[in-house]
Amino acid sequence: MALLSNAAVLVGKEVRTEFRSRELLSTTIVFVLIVVVVFSFTFDPTTNESRRFGPGLLWMAFLFAASLMLQPCFLREQVNDTLSALRLAVRDPFAIFLAKIAANTLFLLLTELLMLPVFAALFNASFGAQLPGILLTFLLGSLGISVVGTALAAISAQARMRELLLPLLLLPLLTPILVVSTEVTIRLMQSEPYLEWKGIGLMAAFDAVFLTVLWLFGEYFLEE
Amino acid sequence: MLRRILFGAVAIGLVACAAYAAFYVAPEERTMGAIQRIFYFHAATAWAGETTFFVCFVANLLYIWKRKPHYDWLGVTCAEVGAACITVVLITGPIWAKPVWGIWWTWDARLTSTFVLWILYICYLLLRTLVDEPERRALLSALFGVFAFIDVPIVFGAIRWWRTQHPAPVIMGGPGSGLDPLMKKVFFFNVLAMHVFAAFLIVQRYFLEKAKHDVALLQREAEVR
Repeated sequence: MALLSNAAVLVGKEVRTEFRSRELLSTTIVFVLIVVVVFSFTFDPTTNESRRFGPGLLWMAFLFAASLMLQPCFLREQVNDTLSALRLAVRDPFAIFLAKIAANTLFLLLTELLMLPVFAALFNASFGAQLPGILLTFLLGSLGISVVGTALAAISAQARMRELLLPLLLLPLLTPILVVSTEVTIRLMQSEPYLEWKGIGLMAAFDAVFLTVLWLFGEYFLEE
Repeated sequence: MLRRILFGAVAIGLVACAAYAAFYVAPEERTMGAIQRIFYFHAATAWAGETTFFVCFVANLLYIWKRKPHYDWLGVTCAEVGAACITVVLITGPIWAKPVWGIWWTWDARLTSTFVLWILYICYLLLRTLVDEPERRALLSALFGVFAFIDVPIVFGAIRWWRTQHPAPVIMGGPGSGLDPLMKKVFFFNVLAMHVFAAFLIVQRYFLEKAKHDVALLQREAEVR
């Protein structure tokens, strides 16, 4: 219980820090937009083509954006060594992770939701009726990206070449999320759309597995 | 020293005998012909590589738990030897696939998950080069190693559900599958040989890592004086 209340306070802190400047969100959104536009030059973005390639492209853009967006979540704490203060403030260091994961998931979801109508307009895709399915896919996908990404951001923050290292460690680990979320989104965007529950289950399993691993080993990531 | 030379001689001898068995003792496969003989080497190396990565995972867990440098040495050793084995697998696989499937590579579950496995351990080795402090390096790479090892079965599951072409498991693959008894003997002899050879490499590399550690200690002592 103390874990959750600690984490809730820390989520508030993360969100407040971000919304004071909004620099992370604005840069990420512009980055996703650029990736989507640049990718559209590599194939013919007509309706049929975009139904096949669009979801993969969208998730690639989210993944790249996340690998950049997750970078500062521990680097920000290093400037004034606020991580030590955080560690002293909470009894279970997992609360720090939980808060950062929640905040990162929220930021990613916000980016995704803002980009969805833009993407739909640019690639002539329609999924009005499938919105609940899309939201569920985005939520589970973003959660998976955030869980693994936050843990690896804690690793890369302690290494040299950290800007390059995080995508290097993160992207191969997120292969399952990329494969499954793309396939689920393709099925939601085809002419006879449906929600693939098998994929939703696999994404939920991925999230649960890595959240458990992080719960077990989280304290070691933050050791001095 | 003598013991390690003897071990090396046994390991290399076993690999030579296994190669002889694969080329001359095992019967010729009916449809694929001679090219199928690469399977003894390919699959046996894959098994040895996977065992090595499992040992790496156990060493990583033990390091996180016990914090003894030995486990870190074993971890990096196994990651390197495992990556070498999987490199061999990724090279011999396409050599077999080109004449049999007509293509060098396909994005099927086993191939893709092996490829991702290989990339993950290359990243593990890369991460180690980017952290200077030995204890931090050991801990961070051990944590990444745990994540990497857990990820691979999920990658396999994720891709298997959507795309797949690799031959269905021949060994322990259920009814209707199976090897000729002589082929099976040759195969398991190859598996044994590759495991012994991997163990030999691990021992060699482990002592090299230990020597590196000792040299670093001596250097630090010399600097203090």
